[in-house]
Amino acid sequence: MATNLPASAHAQGGIGTAPVPHTEHDEHLHEHDEHHDQHWLWKYVFSQDHKMIARQFLITGIFWAIVGGTLSSLFRLQLGWPEATLDWLQPILGKWIEGGKLNPEFYLALVTMHGTIMVFFVLTAGLSGTFSNFLIPLQVGARDMASGFMNMLSYWFFFLSSVIMFVSLFLETGPAAAGWTIYPPLSALPQAIKGSGMGMTMWLVSMVFFIVSQLLGGVNYVTTVINLRTRGLSMSKLPLTIWAFFLTAILGILSFPVLLSAALLLVFDRSFGTSFFLSDIYIAGQALHNQGGSPVLFQHLFWFLGHPEVYIVIMPAMGMVSEILATNARKPIFGYRAMIGSLIGISLLSFVVWAHHMFVTGMNPFLGSVFMFLTLIIAVPSGVKVFNWLATLWRGNIRFTAAMLFSIGFVSLFISGGLTGIILGNATLDIQMHNTYFVVAHFHLVMGSSAFFGLFAGVYHWFPKMFGRMMDEKLGYIHFWLTFIGVYLVFMPMHYVGIAGFPRRYYAWTGFDAFSQFADLNKFISAAAILAFFAQFVFIFNFFYSIFRGRRATQNPWNSTTLEWTTPIVPGHGNWPGEIPAVYRWPYDYSKPGSEVDFIPQNVPYSQTASSNLPYERELED
Amino acid sequence: MTALTILLVLVLLLVVFGLLFRLQILTSIFSGTYVREIGMSNRINAVLMLVFMVVGGAAFFWSFSENFNKMNPPIASIHGHAMERMFWTTMTVIGIAFVLTQVILFVYSYKYQHKEGRRAYFFAHNNTIEVVWTIIPAIVMASLIFAGWKAWTRITGPAPKDAVVVEVMGKQFNWLVRYPGRDMKLGVVNYRLIDASNDFGFDLSDKAALDDFTTNGEIHVPKGHPVLIKIRSRDVLHAVYMPHFRVQMYAVPGMPTRFWFTPTMTTDEMRAHLGNPKFDYELACNQICGASHFAMKAKVIVDEPDDYQAWYAKQKPNSANTDMMASYKETSKSAGLGKGGSLGAKAAAIEETGETPATPLSAQTAM
Repeated sequence: MATNLPASAHAQGGIGTAPVPHTEHDEHLHEHDEHHDQHWLWKYVFSQDHKMIARQFLITGIFWAIVGGTLSSLFRLQLGWPEATLDWLQPILGKWIEGGKLNPEFYLALVTMHGTIMVFFVLTAGLSGTFSNFLIPLQVGARDMASGFMNMLSYWFFFLSSVIMFVSLFLETGPAAAGWTIYPPLSALPQAIKGSGMGMTMWLVSMVFFIVSQLLGGVNYVTTVINLRTRGLSMSKLPLTIWAFFLTAILGILSFPVLLSAALLLVFDRSFGTSFFLSDIYIAGQALHNQGGSPVLFQHLFWFLGHPEVYIVIMPAMGMVSEILATNARKPIFGYRAMIGSLIGISLLSFVVWAHHMFVTGMNPFLGSVFMFLTLIIAVPSGVKVFNWLATLWRGNIRFTAAMLFSIGFVSLFISGGLTGIILGNATLDIQMHNTYFVVAHFHLVMGSSAFFGLFAGVYHWFPKMFGRMMDEKLGYIHFWLTFIGVYLVFMPMHYVGIAGFPRRYYAWTGFDAFSQFADLNKFISAAAILAFFAQFVFIFNFFYSIFRGRRATQNPWNSTTLEWTTPIVPGHGNWPGEIPAVYRWPYDYSKPGSEVDFIPQNVPYSQTASSNLPYERELED
Repeated sequence: MTALTILLVLVLLLVVFGLLFRLQILTSIFSGTYVREIGMSNRINAVLMLVFMVVGGAAFFWSFSENFNKMNPPIASIHGHAMERMFWTTMTVIGIAFVLTQVILFVYSYKYQHKEGRRAYFFAHNNTIEVVWTIIPAIVMASLIFAGWKAWTRITGPAPKDAVVVEVMGKQFNWLVRYPGRDMKLGVVNYRLIDASNDFGFDLSDKAALDDFTTNGEIHVPKGHPVLIKIRSRDVLHAVYMPHFRVQMYAVPGMPTRFWFTPTMTTDEMRAHLGNPKFDYELACNQICGASHFAMKAKVIVDEPDDYQAWYAKQKPNSANTDMMASYKETSKSAGLGKGGSLGAKAAAIEETGETPATPLSAQTAM
């Protein structure tokens, strides 16, 4: 029987050779079986089922992605065609179009909200909210999350936060406009920019609820992974997806409270006359009373979350991509332990690199040296991951599903964007590159587009488990190639603009001699960006069409080894109708020599696979 | 009406696409390819991977070399040249890594596409390889860090004692510029003394402030001489960004910052060099600061040292600015400052910038 029995297996269903199902779950199941028609309000809206909550996160995330993408198309119109008249947008934007021109403050609001929405609402909540919720119980073999109720609260806090942020878009004075990093004093003083009035207040309130949602979710993910693993599933047999979600949740729990504290102190400065971040300010004909505060302090607090945040965004994508690459290359992931090690390394280092966002903010140059050292070190575990992915493809037998294409695309984008991080992490080079389009190109590739590709890969791969139907593969291919080409057409030329020193968050560069040479390139970038955005509607059509009319899925459409594919095609409440399967092996037994099939699921004991067992596995046969 | 027509056409187009899509599914169900395992599309995608690499790679190299000259702003400072070398060295290193890994990725994707009857090679780990590709990047990173660290400490280290000092103050949405005047000492400023005729908030009870002078927003610096830019902000964050000198530093309200550099080409020399008689060095704001952030700029003029001195000598000190002197009396009274009221602030100012006012350009002392 399984040798590697975690103590926590007791909570899950039993111990030893004769599993005793956990009674509580069992009763619950019976109850469920007898009352098939649960009220729709509890089934679809206030659901405590992790699969429904995951779908809620996903669909809310898709909604936000459309909003965020639309905002970017609007400001790319301005950047590509600064001379054009935009009267035709007047019916939508109303007073923000003045005399055919986009209002410059509204331009900043667009940029700010695009960043906020994409980073927090799409790539944090939409990505890890969806897949951590969906996959953790299914892949660790649990009936549900540790606390279904907290999980439900997590979604509804996110929903509340979303509503507040969305309403703020329609305020008379406009939404927050101080950049998604909301550096004070700009974000603290409505005199400085209108968006720092009600818009900023709502931004902060919304973020407070968002952080609450993240913490409720994170505690649940961590608890579930630690306590609710099925029999035999030791940490060293976890799929890399779960490792990634687990570490992501830990990062979130440790860093989001710091953002909360920064937000609260900012609320105090804005509303109660304190001076945490404000000092020596004369604005709108008036000297303010605030003295002794430090705007740089805010940046430290912000980036203490802000930097782990980019790993919160990218690590779930890394985990899913590892899983999808192995499944579709029909090969074990190369260097499973090195992959876990590098995830842990990245997680640890992500907490000690934040100040590389602040090399030229007036921070002590000695600190700059320290953070340059730590920042460039993080390239090593990231590199190890890339090499392992490449080695996984080597001598594989690759099936190009839409999910596989997006995973390969992820690796390509992660390389392209990651390498320029070596430039920006170097304090000396950052003097010139800081806040230019080089930075914009860098992070849009390495965390923006990559994480989006991870999200798409995940949706295509786990759609059959989510909705019991398949997405259309051909539309998936079209979606991939349009997006992949589009993303490179947008962000590669953007590096040139950045090397030339074009500052970000500029409404127009026409006022500067130094920034006058790339008008044509900016048009090109804008056109590519808008086309790439419209290509996403192929996905949206495919997604919603397939929910209702897609081809019916089989139980294990990708011939995958992990536990979620042992559930019924559409798993009910409690995930497995009978007993939860036990786990005997690691999740990557693909194309194992001596085995008839090219995959051996985790729940197949070694005793049934005598022909393919490796020497050390023979001892585990009985 | 036209909008309605366009909308109608769009809707019809969508309907057509929807029908085509449905039709394609129905035909593939009939032809039996709908539930196929792995077929033609696998091969097409594999080939596309290779096509993408070749076409995309070629397009990238073509556009990169095409735009290369446009993407390098001319350099006009000593450390700028060192930075430029480091930038392109690092770009070469990451360029090699980029080409290697991308080629491997796309070639493997093509080469190891699914083939009927072939089986993937069960190859789960190899510690030697892992160690090799951990150590090699670590060594490369270490050398990049070392070079970067050396340059960084040199660039951000203390300015030479004989540096010329100029202070810029960011405000929404322009830059204020002042020089220390004849005594080579920047006088005390206090934000509570700012008014319409005293933009900087000079505390004129400090003698050192009396001979300071402000400019109309232009910054003059001498060629070939270290220049120390002291930086302040009086409202929100701004950043002094001078791409030609490879200089960037935030302007932080309540916390003076600094950056020093040595210009190597005068404005006239650069105009001749670029063949552009209208060229000017520019200072841009590079930290979001409000609606007109994109228009917040100042002109920087690099003069021959002689011209610089001549220009310096012509400037009128604060004491000659009657408006300022008059309004200072009012404002200092209402603010309860002045008469040495800001002297504590002076001590603080020296502490903040870490040095007493710098020793001047030797020629300036002679003035």
